[in-house]
Amino acid sequence: MEQALHYLNVGTAMFLLIGMALLLGRLLSGPTLYDRILAVNSFGTKTVLFLCVFSLIIGRQDGIDIAILYALMNFIATIAVLKFFRYSALDVSMNYSSRGDLSKTVVGKAEMSGEDT
Amino acid sequence: MMEGFTPILLLDMGLLAMLVVVAFAVVRLRSLFAIVMLQGVYSLLSAAWFVSLDAVDVAFTEAAVGAGISTVLMLGAMLLTEREAKPVPFQKQLGPLFIVTIVALAMFYAVGDMPAFGDALSPANSYVGADYIAATKNDIILPNVVTAVLASYRSFDTFGEVVVVYMAGLGILLLLGLNGNAGKWRAKPNGQNITGRKNTAEQREDKP
Repeated sequence: MEQALHYLNVGTAMFLLIGMALLLGRLLSGPTLYDRILAVNSFGTKTVLFLCVFSLIIGRQDGIDIAILYALMNFIATIAVLKFFRYSALDVSMNYSSRGDLSKTVVGKAEMSGEDT
Repeated sequence: MMEGFTPILLLDMGLLAMLVVVAFAVVRLRSLFAIVMLQGVYSLLSAAWFVSLDAVDVAFTEAAVGAGISTVLMLGAMLLTEREAKPVPFQKQLGPLFIVTIVALAMFYAVGDMPAFGDALSPANSYVGADYIAATKNDIILPNVVTAVLASYRSFDTFGEVVVVYMAGLGILLLLGLNGNAGKWRAKPNGQNITGRKNTAEQREDKP
């Protein structure tokens, strides 16, 4: 039973690695910036899951702590990236309410359609 | 099957293969935004690998600094520059390529002298290291030897490092200023907009 659980964990970790590789392909090929943001965000989620499963495999609980820290850090990075493309600045106050049309913001249409690869 | 081939080794190989792919992509891609994202992915992958090497402390630092703060810092730096890296002509790449090749060959030469991973007879484990591992349990009531060495045995050293990091941060803050311009500022030497883009902060004030 224990052995079967171990192999189940290893198999889960392998499939998570395959998922990470697929996301890496999406991150490299683009084509738009939002594909990349989503790919990085779900890559972070995959890493959190991988660390949890991996700490089960090696039998140490420390991996769970790092996984929790990752979940928090991933959130910060994604918020910073989205602020960067929405306002082209990082210190925007929370009650800055001029939202407007996304296509008129500073990112511009050329960057949103992703002509960078 | 090979001797010593474990499932964990297979997972390590997968992580390292993805690290190599990310590193090549960081070098080859021109879009700076994609490179910043890939650096975040690189730090995520390397921290997962540090966990598998039992270096939990390093993985913690990598998670906090590499994935969180440095992505934000790189984005802040991107506000001051272009969004695309200019291609470097081939002649300018030859000198760096030469240096990198020499250094890589030297490192590969040195790998042969390194002890195996987890070798109990390696120099790091056999002389003073063994004493610290034996004495930590009685001297300092901490389960983690690395934490005990950093925070207790050489705590003055660590305190000095913390002071240095604090001074560096304070100096950078004094240089960039705390007047609310951080992150909005665009480089304009002699009033010239070298980024070729309009100052978005001014744009916002014109048309609220």
